[in-house]
Amino acid sequence: MRAGGRFLNLALLLALAGLIAFPLAGSTFYTQLFTKIMIMAIFAMSLDLLVGYTGLISFGHAAFYGLAGYALALMVPKYEAASLWWTLPATMTVCAAFALVTGALVLRTRGIFFIMVTLAFAQMLFFVFHDTKIGGGSDGIYIYNKPHLRLGETALLDLEKLEHFYYLVLALMVLVFLLLRRLLGSTFGRALVGIKENEHRMRALGFPAFRYKLAAYVLSGALGGLSGYLAAVQFGFVNPEIISWHQSGAVLMMVILGGMGTLYGPVIGAFAFVLMQELFSNQAWFGAYAKHWQLAMGLAIILVAVYLPRGLAGLLQKTGHKADAGEPAADADGTQEGAHG
Amino acid sequence: MDLAFFLIQLLNGLQYGLLLFLVASGLTLIFGIMGIINLAHGSFYMLGAYLAWSLASMTNSLVAAIALGVVLTVLLGIALEWLLIRHFYERDHLYQVLLTYGLILVFEEMRSVIWGDDVHGVPVPDLLAYSIPLTENLSYPVYRLVISAVCLLLALAMYLLIARTCLGMMIRAGSSNREMAQSLGINIKLVYMLIFALGVALAGFAGMINAPLSSVFPNMGGGVLIICFVVVVIGGIGSVKGAMVASLLIGLAETFGQVLVPEVAGMIVYLLMAAVLVWRPEGLFRKL
Amino acid sequence: MAERDSAAAVAAAPGGGAILSTVGLTRRFGGLLAVNDVSIDLRVGEVHAVIGPNGAGKTTLTNLLSGDLAPSAGEIRYGGGNLAGLPSHRISRMGIGRSYQKTNIFLPFTVFENCRLAAQSRAPHAWRVFHRAGSFADINRQAEEAMAAAGLAGRRERVAATLSHGEQRQLEIAMCLATRPRVLLLDEPLAGMGPHESASMVELIKKLTAGHAIMLIEHDMDAVFAVAQRLTVMVNGEVIESGAPEDVRNSPAVQLAYLGGEDSLHG
Repeated sequence: MRAGGRFLNLALLLALAGLIAFPLAGSTFYTQLFTKIMIMAIFAMSLDLLVGYTGLISFGHAAFYGLAGYALALMVPKYEAASLWWTLPATMTVCAAFALVTGALVLRTRGIFFIMVTLAFAQMLFFVFHDTKIGGGSDGIYIYNKPHLRLGETALLDLEKLEHFYYLVLALMVLVFLLLRRLLGSTFGRALVGIKENEHRMRALGFPAFRYKLAAYVLSGALGGLSGYLAAVQFGFVNPEIISWHQSGAVLMMVILGGMGTLYGPVIGAFAFVLMQELFSNQAWFGAYAKHWQLAMGLAIILVAVYLPRGLAGLLQKTGHKADAGEPAADADGTQEGAHG
Repeated sequence: MDLAFFLIQLLNGLQYGLLLFLVASGLTLIFGIMGIINLAHGSFYMLGAYLAWSLASMTNSLVAAIALGVVLTVLLGIALEWLLIRHFYERDHLYQVLLTYGLILVFEEMRSVIWGDDVHGVPVPDLLAYSIPLTENLSYPVYRLVISAVCLLLALAMYLLIARTCLGMMIRAGSSNREMAQSLGINIKLVYMLIFALGVALAGFAGMINAPLSSVFPNMGGGVLIICFVVVVIGGIGSVKGAMVASLLIGLAETFGQVLVPEVAGMIVYLLMAAVLVWRPEGLFRKL
Repeated sequence: MAERDSAAAVAAAPGGGAILSTVGLTRRFGGLLAVNDVSIDLRVGEVHAVIGPNGAGKTTLTNLLSGDLAPSAGEIRYGGGNLAGLPSHRISRMGIGRSYQKTNIFLPFTVFENCRLAAQSRAPHAWRVFHRAGSFADINRQAEEAMAAAGLAGRRERVAATLSHGEQRQLEIAMCLATRPRVLLLDEPLAGMGPHESASMVELIKKLTAGHAIMLIEHDMDAVFAVAQRLTVMVNGEVIESGAPEDVRNSPAVQLAYLGGEDSLHG
């Protein structure tokens, strides 16, 4: 699990230090952009739990992201701020409950079926909010006030301030990473990987595979909900587009682009994906073609599919092995991970 | 609801279902036989519609546009299979998803570059531009009947192709046992290429003949793709018969849903799918 | 949990009687009767070999007992209940372990990880998600014991994919042992093994006989007669003879029906 060894841990710590220092140097625009990217990173890590560790390729993960946004929008009073202490757990509970019900259904299927059925359920949710008046139809709803975060009477953070929100998101991203890493190193996590490798054998060994998969699905849904909550807070606005299948596609791309089954890979993937979008839509560089940035995105994705099956994390691991191999005490985990590939 | 109105909705539902079948049957064959999940299938439908519009405005004839369009979509299918798809048969579905999602973006933006982002109408050919009166104020457009008839003919042709011909036998052999088919000297590579091209052409053709009814607009492939996924899930992967039954079921459910319960019409097909999944997680039919 | 209770009840049952018996077990595939009205008994301390030509229904029988397939008719009596139709994970948890004909291990994991995974399947703390997988002494011990019993102690940290074929077969059995079963269903454990590897597998099976009820599917007749206390011959899904190995060997019905006749039985 702790792939890549020493080199990798060092690289991750350096990156974290960079992210902590970033708002001090970055402009408003980039602080906002990086906040958005880190929210997507949480979203991508939650999907990695399914795709990379449990072998469940969900193409409908935006359902949880979008549902969380709507849950928050519908939960908060219109003209006053609500407390994060109860809106966040409540939102994640809603997403977990939705994951429990839909998971019980979609996990009856496997392979191509699973991909299509998860997509179809997300699409169903899309139409619930698009066609009915529940969430303002296709126009969506505004969230006028960001939630407040107080302890007693003292405000811990003011989420209206960009930097405060940035550090909250950064802290949550690190927390989710550590939580998932811990979880995946446990017997539970090993069982999930076993199910990904060979579910039939796991059942023959006495593992109730369905329950394990459902647990992973619910947890993934709740964490996806966390990212959706943060996104809704950042944008102050939800509409059905946040549940669209392009959203599900984008997050899956981040996971694969970064390198699934590594946790830090999807974080890299989120950065690479969003920054690539920014790059290709940069008018100064691409002129009239900046409008057609999706063309370059599409070609880049196809190239990754053809040439980079283990994602950017795969490249990083290779470098890591080379760097670690140069040291006298090479990390045992590193060699092990090499055989995993 | 009186009888004439009911009849019109019934015909609309059947026509919509038959059109879905054209797209979904290619999708299910590509899934079932080649083991490829093709997210870009909706893009072929969109390309068909745009080809029909642009070729029809060049040639002034929808029939000529469709004939030309079919040739182009077959060529596109062959080229795609040869360039990309065939390298993904043995790979995980995940990478097929990645590849075909990339293709969606490419096709959608190529459409934007070549044809722009406007909505266009395609005129119904003069010969078919009239309606059959049913009651004093209700009538049914002939063009819709023609679409249904053409779809039925194609469905019949597909049935004969799979059940009666040499290629069909190869398709069936390939779907049940790839190595066996290969050892019998069947050129499985060629069969796969033809199936993929057939699927692309069917989806494109559906877009072309439906262009006068649906008009032509950006992102029109996405909705069709997802409905066709539902069709394949309900019908069973790889089952052409299942695709037919499920297409008609969904065509009717959505058409009548929009008339009877418009608020929840968008959800009906998904509820239908959920119900089928509870009852039969593998879909209604198994294989061909 | 109920499953553990019944496993304990089985363990406490007085020796001598059958721990598991099938009654009229039948499985149809369409029109084909793959297993037809099969009744056999397994006893602790006894290897019950099931032999027969290819397609006789031996693997299907194993699949029925392990819950990989549900029977069309008949009962599987075990621990005072009927296992027929239970899912495989519950059957495994009741103390029935199986090995597969085609090696079915976790190739990217080390030998120890394979065994530990098997050992944790029924550990009460399998759901304690914030403890490292390697931190449970009882699971680790169970895995170590299984590895040692199967003769893999020296291969602890090897990645399974890099093991020899024979070692992979041993690992297959070690994983099964790590679940601490009372009943072992071994589906052709000698398949594809060289003579040296076969000999050590035969020794392993002999060693395991004491504490387990073993059903052995095997084509290697030398091995079968070396380890089995009871022998059942299946042809076309049916049992044509069952009893002590020597009696079965000399049964005219078996001589007549078994493909290859005398030669293959006297091997």
